[in-house]
Amino acid sequence: MTELLDVQNLRVTFPTNQGLFEAVRGVSFKLGRERLGIVGESGSGKSMTGRAILRLIRKPGAVAADHIKLDGEDLLPMTEKQMRAVRGKRISMVMQDPKFSLNPVMRVGEQIMEAYRLHSRATKSEARRRALEMLEAVSIRDPERVFRAYPHELSGGMGQRIMIAMMLIPNPELLIADEPTSALDVSVQGQVLNIMDKLVRERGMGLIFISHDLNLVAQFCDRVLIMYAGRVVETCEAGRLHEARHPYTRGLLNSMPRIDTPKDRLEVLKRDPAWREAPSVGPDESREVTA
Amino acid sequence: MSAALSFRDLKVWFGEGRDHVMAVKGATFEVARGESFGLVGESGSGKSTIMRALTGLAPDWSGEMAVDSRPVPQGPKRDAAFYKKVQMVFQDPYASLHPRHSIDQVLSETLKLHGYTDIERRIEKLLSDVGLGPAFRFRYPHQLSGGQRQRVAIARALAPEPEILLLDEPTSALDVSVQAEILNLLSDLRSEHDLTFLMVSHNLSVVAHMCSQSAVMQQGEIVELLTTEDLRRHAARHPYTQRLLRAAEGYVRDEDAAGGAEAVA
Repeated sequence: MTELLDVQNLRVTFPTNQGLFEAVRGVSFKLGRERLGIVGESGSGKSMTGRAILRLIRKPGAVAADHIKLDGEDLLPMTEKQMRAVRGKRISMVMQDPKFSLNPVMRVGEQIMEAYRLHSRATKSEARRRALEMLEAVSIRDPERVFRAYPHELSGGMGQRIMIAMMLIPNPELLIADEPTSALDVSVQGQVLNIMDKLVRERGMGLIFISHDLNLVAQFCDRVLIMYAGRVVETCEAGRLHEARHPYTRGLLNSMPRIDTPKDRLEVLKRDPAWREAPSVGPDESREVTA
Repeated sequence: MSAALSFRDLKVWFGEGRDHVMAVKGATFEVARGESFGLVGESGSGKSTIMRALTGLAPDWSGEMAVDSRPVPQGPKRDAAFYKKVQMVFQDPYASLHPRHSIDQVLSETLKLHGYTDIERRIEKLLSDVGLGPAFRFRYPHQLSGGQRQRVAIARALAPEPEILLLDEPTSALDVSVQAEILNLLSDLRSEHDLTFLMVSHNLSVVAHMCSQSAVMQQGEIVELLTTEDLRRHAARHPYTQRLLRAAEGYVRDEDAAGGAEAVA
């Protein structure tokens, strides 16, 4: 398998009054043309990992790693200017809430065209044609009308499909989706995921899917990294997530209520300080290391 | 036995003329004393609006609402007896606590408003009821985690010793492990204080865990009333409930892309 992305010993730190805070502490993984899920609770460092790959950590936060290689090329020594050519064109990112990621005073169509024209020398009419095609590809029924709409005129599910259209139009090699469906209703969630899945497969892209929802990731992805306190505590095949062995993963799985199996009390996760200290699971170990 | 809460042909609307929206279109249901009742549906289905109408936060409504057979008056005003009996816990613990009031201020203000004098003792009791130690008493909301804030919000709702708690998505802003703690806490409190719950949630598993009966809402209408046993057996009759149940099972890869596209728009 050729590696699309190879991250080695990634660290993200923020200075605080109490000294350096490490949001991500030595995360390593490799990604082919597959769907990789990163799960964890709030504060586990999963979003920071996604942002750090694109070097989107704002100062005074700092990103360090042995390397972050995209197709064998290290992103770390690149200048800001070079990074701008990577962002969108080669790696793009869909964020949680379309309300905050779309420009509220610009028509949707123009925003999609802008994303396309930024990375190719297309004419306006060519970009327009491509944008309409893309809207159709994300199952917008009336692309001409939506093209002219402003973001506030659209529902959350539509907004998120437009974000996906915008992020996929430059045809990136890797899509990072950070909680792309958490702000959506369950029924819309399935539709948005289907569209994303189909496009990613058709175009042979890699996908990093960041989510707090274990069940969703188990069903949607090929492989899963489970993060806790800035480290990867376990990695496994998504289909076998329910056989996960790390007590943290087990605790998360058991703390969820289930429709088919009633329980009087939900299991409460007991956090073991040792999880925090255990080293991250590397890219080549398929199972946990802690005893 | 009389119902703790009853709603008859409740209609709630917002705006006038062109902007008129009928958010709840004739809801009828009862919640028995000591029961835990769920309102399920997607955003915009009107489930929270029912609660807001009851508490006077959505003042334009018609139909009948009653608490313990006492009719709820029109308009935004409720008397002290109402608030002593009915309390609400909101969705977002980050937004529902005053950022510059300490936990002590939040709780003592509520207790004073309800005319209690033994405030010291009650604050300590409330904090220990919701599983927070006395050390939390003089902290501010920003010094607490999401789960701890929600515990404070629950303590505040419990302060007037209510009989009915309205829970508006009490755990949807929390991680699953914290959700488990809060749901357990709510179950414990319900049995200790003989509370009646009316709970709004978009999460069918949470409702199935907490409630014995629920109403499924779609676009302002109650499309189905069903017991949790029905829910567990997937014995839903209405197609919308069946769809929600399927969606709650999780993501199913759709190989037939055309079918997916059809369903989307």
